[in-house]
Amino acid sequence: MILNMGPQHPSTHGVLRLILEIDGENIVRIMPDIGYLHTGIEKTCEAKFYQQVVPLTDRIDYLCPMTNNLCYVLAVEKLLGLEIPPKAQWMRVMLNELTRINSHLVWLGSHAMDIGALTVFLYCFREREDVLRLFEAVSGQRMMTSYFRVGGLALEPPLGFFDRVRDFANRFPAKVDEYENLLTGNPIWTMRTKGVARITAEDAIALGASGPTLRGSGVDFDLRRDMPYSGYENFKFKVPVSQDGDVFARYMCRVQEMRESIAIVQQALDGMPQGPIKADAPKVVLPDREKMKTQMEALIYHFKIITEGFAVPAGEVYQAVESPRGEMGYYVVSDGTAKPYRVHMRAACLANLQLLPKMCEGKLIADVVAAIGSIDIVLGEIDR
Amino acid sequence: MSLVPAITSLEQLKGHPAIARLLGWNSAAVAGAKFDRDEMSIYIERSSIREACTLLRDDVDCPFNYLADVTCVDWYPSEPRFEVVYHVLSIRKKERVRLKVRLEGDSAALESVTSVWPAANFFEREVFDLFGIRFTGHPYLRRIQMPEDWEGHPLRKDYPVEGYR
Repeated sequence: MILNMGPQHPSTHGVLRLILEIDGENIVRIMPDIGYLHTGIEKTCEAKFYQQVVPLTDRIDYLCPMTNNLCYVLAVEKLLGLEIPPKAQWMRVMLNELTRINSHLVWLGSHAMDIGALTVFLYCFREREDVLRLFEAVSGQRMMTSYFRVGGLALEPPLGFFDRVRDFANRFPAKVDEYENLLTGNPIWTMRTKGVARITAEDAIALGASGPTLRGSGVDFDLRRDMPYSGYENFKFKVPVSQDGDVFARYMCRVQEMRESIAIVQQALDGMPQGPIKADAPKVVLPDREKMKTQMEALIYHFKIITEGFAVPAGEVYQAVESPRGEMGYYVVSDGTAKPYRVHMRAACLANLQLLPKMCEGKLIADVVAAIGSIDIVLGEIDR
Repeated sequence: MSLVPAITSLEQLKGHPAIARLLGWNSAAVAGAKFDRDEMSIYIERSSIREACTLLRDDVDCPFNYLADVTCVDWYPSEPRFEVVYHVLSIRKKERVRLKVRLEGDSAALESVTSVWPAANFFEREVFDLFGIRFTGHPYLRRIQMPEDWEGHPLRKDYPVEGYR
C-alpha cells in the first residue's frame, strides 16, 4: 500500500511529504518529497547588495538564525580579507552557542512530543523563552535577529546584557537535569528510542550526514574543534560522541551538547575582551551615528554603502560552520561588484534527510516519527 | 585589508597531495588549479569526473571520504557557461578541496558521482532542477525543489527573477 505522510503532519516538523510504501506495519520503501517551502532565496540573493543578504539568511533556518548570519558574514569577510576585532568574535561565539541551545530546546520539546512525552515540551519552551528574551535584548528581535554584520556586529550589547546571560547560564544546567530526569531513564522513552533507526558510521559518512546525526554514529568530527572559525580555538569544550547510531544516541549527543554550549557561554563571558565591535573598514562597515553627525566622510561613506553597497574583490569562498544540525556551508562567488554573483547554502538537513530511507526501510511505521525527530530537520533550510 | 593574490599555475601547485595524486593518475584529467584565500580549487575534465572522485575518495594518505556539497555557477553569457562545483572534505585529515567541471551551455551533461558518494543524490537533483544540468547514471533524476511541471531552470542567469509566469 502507498501511504502519504504529510505534507501537513505535526510530526514532520514542517511541510515534508513522505511517500511510504508499506506492507502491513512494515516500511518497504520511503521517499521524501520536498520543495514545499522553496522560496528561491539563492536567486533573491543575487539581486541584493552583500549587506542586504544578511536578513535573508535568518529565514533559511528559523531555529538558528545567528548561525546562518555568522556563516554568511564569515564567507563575505573571507572574500574581503577583513579582520574582525576580538570582542565581535567572542560575542559571535557566545550568541551562536545560545542559538544552539535554543535550537536544541525546540528539537527536544517537539521530538519528545512526537514520541508521546508531552510534558517535556513545556519545560523546553520555558527555557527557550529565556533565550529568546536575550536575543530580543541584544538585537531587538526574538527570532529573525540579523545581528551580525559584515565586519562585526550591528549594535553594542545593551547595559546589563552580560549579567542577564550569566544569570541564564548559571540556571540552565539544572534545567537540563530536569529534562534528563524526565527522559533519559524513562522506560517508555528508552523503548521508543534505543535500537531504533540505526545507522552505521560508514553509511552516515557516505550519505553526507553531519552534526549530532554523524556523531551519534561514532564519528568524532566537529567543525568548531576540528576546523575552527571565529575564534573557537580559544574555547575548551568536549565533543559528545555516541557509538550506537540509534535515536537514543543522537538524543544523548544533543543533550550533552547543550551542557557543553553553556560551558562555552560561561567561558565567553569570563574572557570577553574589551574593544570595538566593528572592524576598521569605513568602506564596508557603517559608521557610528555619532560620527555621522560630526564628520563629513562618515556621512559620505554611510550614503555610499546604503545606496551602492560595497564592492567585493572577485573570487569564491566556501565557509562552513557547525550549526545545531550539522555542517552549514555558504558558497559565495563574487564577480567584483556590490552584489553577490552566486550564493549557495549547503543545508545540513538536506543531506541528513537522505539518511531517512536507510534508517526506516524494513522497520515499523511508528518508528518513522522517531527517526524524523532524531535527525532534527528544518524544512526552511532544506527547501530554501 | 590583506588579500594574497591567487596562485593559478598548475606548475606551482602540483605539490598539493590531491593534485599530485590526480596528475600521477592522468595528467589530461586536470584542466587547471587555483589556490585562493586558503582554498584549493581543481578543474577537472568533464569526462573523468567520476573516476577522479573515486581516486580521491580511495586515497590512502588523505581520503576525501565526505562529499559536503554539489552546486553550480552559471557564467551566462560567456562560454563554457556552467561550472559544476563539488566541495569535498577529508574527515581524517580535516582538509577541504573544491573540484570544478566546466560545461558548455548546449551540452550541459556529465557523469553522476552518486556511485562514489551516495550523498550526491539530492545535491545533483537540485542542480538538475535549478540549472538544468543532466547527470548521467543518476538513479532518480527528477525535480526536487520546483513542482514537477515547472518550466525552465530558475537559477540560470537568463531566467528572470520574477519567473516566466
